[in-house]
Amino acid sequence: MIKKITCIECPQGCALSVDIENCRVVKVAGEKCPKGKDYAISEVENPQRILTSAVIGVGLSLKMIPVRTDKPIPKERILEAAGEIRKIKVARAVKSGEIIATNILGLRVNLIVTRDCS
Amino acid sequence: MCEKDLVIVGAGPAGMAAAISAYESGVRDILLLERDQYLGGILNQCIHTGFGLTYFKENLTGPEYAHRFIKKINAIKEIEVSLKSFAVHLTNENVLTYIKPGALEKIKAKAVIMATGARERTREMVHIPGTRPAGIFSAGLAQKLINIEGLLPGREVVIIGSGDIGLIMARRFILEGAKVKAVIEIQKQSRGLTRNVVQCVEDFGVPFYLSHRIAKIHGKNRVEKVDVVRVDEHLHEVADSMFSIECDTVLISVGLIPENELIEMAGAVIDKKTNTPVAQEINKTSIPGLFVCGNSFKIYDLVDSVSKDSIHAGYQAAEYIRGLG
Ligand SMILES: Cc1cc2nc3c(=O)[nH]c(=O)nc-3n(C[C@H](O)[C@H](O)[C@H](O)COP(=O)(O)OP(=O)(O)OC[C@H]3O[C@@H](n4cnc5c(N)ncnc54)[C@H](O)[C@@H]3O)c2cc1C
Repeated sequence: MIKKITCIECPQGCALSVDIENCRVVKVAGEKCPKGKDYAISEVENPQRILTSAVIGVGLSLKMIPVRTDKPIPKERILEAAGEIRKIKVARAVKSGEIIATNILGLRVNLIVTRDCS
Repeated sequence: MCEKDLVIVGAGPAGMAAAISAYESGVRDILLLERDQYLGGILNQCIHTGFGLTYFKENLTGPEYAHRFIKKINAIKEIEVSLKSFAVHLTNENVLTYIKPGALEKIKAKAVIMATGARERTREMVHIPGTRPAGIFSAGLAQKLINIEGLLPGREVVIIGSGDIGLIMARRFILEGAKVKAVIEIQKQSRGLTRNVVQCVEDFGVPFYLSHRIAKIHGKNRVEKVDVVRVDEHLHEVADSMFSIECDTVLISVGLIPENELIEMAGAVIDKKTNTPVAQEINKTSIPGLFVCGNSFKIYDLVDSVSKDSIHAGYQAAEYIRGLG
């Protein structure tokens, strides 16, 4: 089966044709760089996304502190993870890159801050 | 009146890159004005990833991208940063007036770079009939309310227009537990980047109506529903195609317009259609020594291109100042 997907690794958005057999990628065409092939395989066999959000700052310079997962997480766990993240509050100064929650949903992925906040 | 070699207005990615580049090109007396209390401009509210792929070859969030420049600015002592400083007047001889808490300052600069960014087009510019209830926001304002202020503007949202900010906000509302009932785009294809259509709309199964437009917004105090119609290739309404969607919030994401009131005030020639300066060369205006960069020069899809353009502007301003002797 040939599936058409768009590579989202960069803004070019290459149109990829992915040949799939038994849920496995056997051939990729249309990519302008090597990232395209890796993306196609991951998107078909195990789609993943970086999750970004913001958490509440208590008594800090920022009301909302932006955060991201340090690694992509499976697409179907995004909403569940977002629900967990909504419960987090931060009450101490943090620096961009600092971990504020570990092992989200047991996925071995950490949540890191993306902006300094005092 | 105080004097400076170079004054830069706006400390978003454009103003910061221009300041660093002017310094690296030899300018040693630089004032960077920003009306907000932080450096970074609009990037502070763009908390999603997708920044820096071409410039840093990394996939950064808006605040992370800004942080790289903020660190550099703070390390260069010849760049004087003045926050909470709002430029309000400019003459054709580069005399700039700005207000900061408790003071009105007037300054004569050898060169000025305007990096004031863009503002969003509004409902008035796209003619959507109906009442004017509460619950109608521009997408960028909703982004600020959620990501900076921590306020969720609504629970059931319809997004008009498929610009990148609207698409990004579809996902943002969903992640905060709200429901996005539709994205409605009058054109046959999305205006936004494919990556945003995939990650923000398709990933969450949001209905995406291309070749559709809003016929009317209903609601007495708060938005209650919108009427939607299909349009043909001439953008005319298709008969009997109307349907309604109940919602409490409407987001409008129909593009940006460069913010250039100050250079217009100074007498620079402006193209009224695009609100951008008219000049022979990129980043220049019809006034000598007055430069424009970033989204106020032209609307860029990607911040990476903003940085590149603004480095050029900083270099041009340095050349100009050197030429004055
Ligand atoms: C709401 C919104 C959301 C966006 N989302 C994305 C996105 O998700 N991804 C993406 O790639 N691009 C996005 N963009 C595009 C983004 O604007 C550019 O990528 C980039 O941030 C533009 O940089 P800039 O420095 O030109 O403008 P800005 O970042 O807007 O910076 C302009 C700065 O000038 C200051 N300023 C303006 N007027 C004055 C004055 N008179 N006196 C003093 N200071 C002043 C402002 O406070 C601001 O800090 C978005 C734009 C907007 C408006």
